[in-house]
Amino acid sequence: MSKPLKQIHLAAHFPGVNNTTVWSDPAAGSHIEFDSFTRFAQIAERGKFDFLFLAEGLRLREQNGLIYDLDVVGRPDTFTILAALAAVTDRLGLTGTINSTFNEPYEVARQFATLDHLSGGRAAWNVVTSWDAFTGENFRRGGFLAEDDRYSRAQTFLQTTWELFDSWLGDEIVADKESGVFLSRADAGHFEHRDRHFDISGQFSVPRSPQGRPVIFQAGDSDAGREFAAATADAIFSRHSTLDAGQAFYTDVKGRLARFGRRPEDLLILPAATFVLGDSDAEAKELAHQVRLQQVSGQTAIRFLEQLWNRDLSSYDPDGPLPEVDPDTGEHTIAKGRASVRMHRDPIATAREWREKAAAKKLSIRELIIEVTGRQSFVGSPGTVAGAINDLVQSDASDGFILVPHITPGGLEPFVDRVVPLLQERGVFRNEYSGTTLRDHLGLGPPRQATARQRVAS
Amino acid sequence: MPEPRHLHVGVALDGAGWHPAAWREPDARPNNLLSAGYWVDLARRAEAGLLDFLTIEDAMRLQSDHPYHPDQRTDRVRGQLDSVLIASRIAPATGNIGLIPTVVLTHTEPFHTSKAITTLDYVSKGRAGLRVRVSARPEEARHFGRREFAEVDPRRRDQPDGVALVSDLFDEAEDYVEVVRRLWDSWEDDAEIRDVATGRFIDREKLHYIDFSGRWFSVRGPSITPRPPQGQPLVAALGHASRPYQLVARSTDLGFITPTDQVSAAAIVEEIRREESLAGRPHGAVRVFADIVVFLGDTPQKAGDRKARLDQWAGVKYRSDAFVFTGTATQLADLIEDWAIVGLSGFRLRPGTLPQDLIQITGQLTPELQKRGIFRQDYEEPTLRGRFGLDRPANRYVTA
Repeated sequence: MSKPLKQIHLAAHFPGVNNTTVWSDPAAGSHIEFDSFTRFAQIAERGKFDFLFLAEGLRLREQNGLIYDLDVVGRPDTFTILAALAAVTDRLGLTGTINSTFNEPYEVARQFATLDHLSGGRAAWNVVTSWDAFTGENFRRGGFLAEDDRYSRAQTFLQTTWELFDSWLGDEIVADKESGVFLSRADAGHFEHRDRHFDISGQFSVPRSPQGRPVIFQAGDSDAGREFAAATADAIFSRHSTLDAGQAFYTDVKGRLARFGRRPEDLLILPAATFVLGDSDAEAKELAHQVRLQQVSGQTAIRFLEQLWNRDLSSYDPDGPLPEVDPDTGEHTIAKGRASVRMHRDPIATAREWREKAAAKKLSIRELIIEVTGRQSFVGSPGTVAGAINDLVQSDASDGFILVPHITPGGLEPFVDRVVPLLQERGVFRNEYSGTTLRDHLGLGPPRQATARQRVAS
Repeated sequence: MPEPRHLHVGVALDGAGWHPAAWREPDARPNNLLSAGYWVDLARRAEAGLLDFLTIEDAMRLQSDHPYHPDQRTDRVRGQLDSVLIASRIAPATGNIGLIPTVVLTHTEPFHTSKAITTLDYVSKGRAGLRVRVSARPEEARHFGRREFAEVDPRRRDQPDGVALVSDLFDEAEDYVEVVRRLWDSWEDDAEIRDVATGRFIDREKLHYIDFSGRWFSVRGPSITPRPPQGQPLVAALGHASRPYQLVARSTDLGFITPTDQVSAAAIVEEIRREESLAGRPHGAVRVFADIVVFLGDTPQKAGDRKARLDQWAGVKYRSDAFVFTGTATQLADLIEDWAIVGLSGFRLRPGTLPQDLIQITGQLTPELQKRGIFRQDYEEPTLRGRFGLDRPANRYVTA
């Protein structure tokens, strides 16, 4: 008997503040007005998507000591916009990225539990940590943490919020008007947590929410990050969207679950992916090239090059050859507030590769950057894209995708109108939501109780 | 400052109402206090009555009736949602009423608060406000583990320790509001240029570092969120004593006070005006509201009986920091007219029970005030600032 078909999970990433988002297109709308968010969310919900995804950045990016002005700048507060979106959607999951470094467990747990109540069980938290004193300059806590400390604090932060979520079991509110008993227990919400990072105790103020706790996302890719995700996450926001890399990541992470007493289906792997649709594959390919040109202007290409070179390269011609000079391997100072900067582990070697590639293919700076800074994940006719997505999911390269349209707010619409019906025809994507909570959509059971929790019998 | 033609009336929402036994009333929905529908229903009712704004109470702790530690009670409403998120959930479901959630500034980040209220202002299209409060409660501090406060009976705050604590908390509050306000202005209105020719999305010259440095925090800025639709959403605070009145006079747009009669209302308004002037603000810059807890009925008898029944359920006569009114809407209208002449902009009414007293406010009180010509017939200004005759303010960072 052949393996039953896996059901695909789809999510919609609100276009972010990087060059994937094309703001110069005539169809591009506001990134801040609520109507844009409403429209985006309602398109996703019309397509029966699992959830909407919001990224976060707590300091405006800078390059060469100046606020970076070539990409979209500005975004709303994550919690506040998700709470409002709960009012204009019914089923769509609401996933927010929230940094654990510049918050405290009590307030974050309170906000997520509130969002889960107000959305009827649709809240999810993409847990990230920050590494830089640069962002910390906006906060009373400062916030610089050594890299090792970041994971340890993030881990205990998450653990602590679980203890808070679990401090209410869900049966405490009796509200019996006749007898006058509101709470069944006076110690509802009691918690006590002491470790190196947090020394807190008291009573949590939000009773248990519909999902018990929000769905937990992680984006970690390092060994420690994968281990953290295998132990605690419900889903991983990964960046391995191709077949080989996807399968390798998928096998590795799912293989770690048994050691934590978890089943493979308890943790979903959802890579981020972009798409360009056309009536034919050829038309889509041409469109995709046009989008790449919009995404990487000459100026943007120079800025990207500077991020690797760690030098001011503003005097270079984007249509000319790559710099002969090597990257500055000293302290990284050119670009601030960007995750991608850390990914260039060996700038000299990467620069050498880029020069060789440019020489071999006779590429200018701009052409090279278009080549090396990512490509559209899915390009083709609706049939081609539906087939590619399904193949990747069925061959265990992922459990679905978090789609990142390049136009706000309407960029998702062609996908919903033209690709989703094909996936539904194949029987690999829902025709209707079968449940009401995000855990329902993702096929996750009720959350496990926090391991450290010990309720004293009352 | 010309006398306002109309009085302003806001409603203070808190759980099932302000009386501890409110949840036992026949029309109370104690099992729904954590649902979106409960809050949307209340907000729509308040809006149908043309109220200026609603406030939502909040704290970083489980409710307690003890002045400085948890009370372990099981006979009163316990459990509470984050008020900023409630306000945001309400916003798309309403169109006119001002939304003023509460933020405990002692334990939160001004950067987060500023962008949250900005976002509420976008979501509500210019109806956001922010009520700030300080917290000296030790149990609230223990939820964060970063500060410690001794258990001080609030009635002994005139002792040296208490005075120092209060002074610190309110100094911090003034810094906090300053940072929130600077961040609101850290983007000029036309900073987003989308200039395809030069490839620039923003004009970075129109974004500003706020570079605030103080005793409790330093904040660099700019905000990650563009300037709110109102420019500066309204800031509010409740005060019962001189130091809080200074915060109200120096930092806020709306001051909530708790007079017990016309004479005390006049004295407090005068003190706030004096502080306002010392702070270099124009006379009347702060709109002052008297808080009143209301138990309303169609007859004085009915209102009294209801209040008595609630007290009996609670096992104790209801006491409040604010004046407690029991009677008919007409009697309340008389009191409101009587107090208002000492310079109050209006009243923030705390319904004894929900939805009962809100129904009385919007069904009986506001029609009575309309009849007397002192309350609006319709919403005219789309923004909360506009409702108070406040223009969209100039940005402090714009140089002419």
